Amino acid sequence: MSDTILWYATRGAGVVSLVLLTVVVVLGITSAMRWKTPAWPRFLTAGFHRNLALITLVFLAIHIVTAVVDPFTALGLNAALIPFSSSYRTFWLGLGVIALYLLIAIVITSLLRPFLDYASWRLIHWFAYAMWPIALVHGFGTGTDRSFSWMLGIDGLCVIVVVLAVLWRTSRPSPTSWRALPASESMNRSVSR
Amino acid sequence: MAEQVAIDRIRCDGHGICAELLPEMISLDDWGYPIIKPSPIPLRLIEHAQRAVEACPVLALRMTRVSKAA
Repeated sequence: MSDTILWYATRGAGVVSLVLLTVVVVLGITSAMRWKTPAWPRFLTAGFHRNLALITLVFLAIHIVTAVVDPFTALGLNAALIPFSSSYRTFWLGLGVIALYLLIAIVITSLLRPFLDYASWRLIHWFAYAMWPIALVHGFGTGTDRSFSWMLGIDGLCVIVVVLAVLWRTSRPSPTSWRALPASESMNRSVSR
Repeated sequence: MAEQVAIDRIRCDGHGICAELLPEMISLDDWGYPIIKPSPIPLRLIEHAQRAVEACPVLALRMTRVSKAA
């Protein structure tokens, strides 16, 4: 009975983590796009982005710890820490470990951001665009519920939302694109705004 | 010793979050770049100023110590 509970916890926390990561990625893009309304100032986007990312860590911890201690799969700690070392679904689990490390790098550099230079922090933060798809594929490949329509629905919804957000970001010039213009032109642009 | 908000104008990208978090001391010009009151931060605003400094997406803000002259 308790085994079953652990396994349910692993699955549930995995799904919640995916949804939270999706929201965090979209909020990050929203932040980069400088989107705001009078009712939704930018510090709200930034605050949710940060705090939901930290909450995701809690669910990820539940996801990983319950999976490791669950006697059914007998994963062991190594499987959770060393990519592709698990005998159980080696490849798909390995993807999860890689996504975890990418996320840890993003979180640590963000927490230590005042002590880093901006360019390094930003470079590491771009890992998010690798982390999110890897995490998604990890769930899609090995999730116990992957073939249920509700899980496919969640996966599909997450993909659609992130793809739309990325399209939004790539379809518009970066808010700082004027920096790449020659001085005279960038002045004109500022004035015409 | 009082503290003041200082800005690195070269780093600043005009995100404007500082003005949202510390409107008492920071307003935005027509291009979205901050105009900072050149006076020391009142004690009751220190915490908010700290938050604005931390929230700057490009780390362009900081607190500096100034002598009491102001």
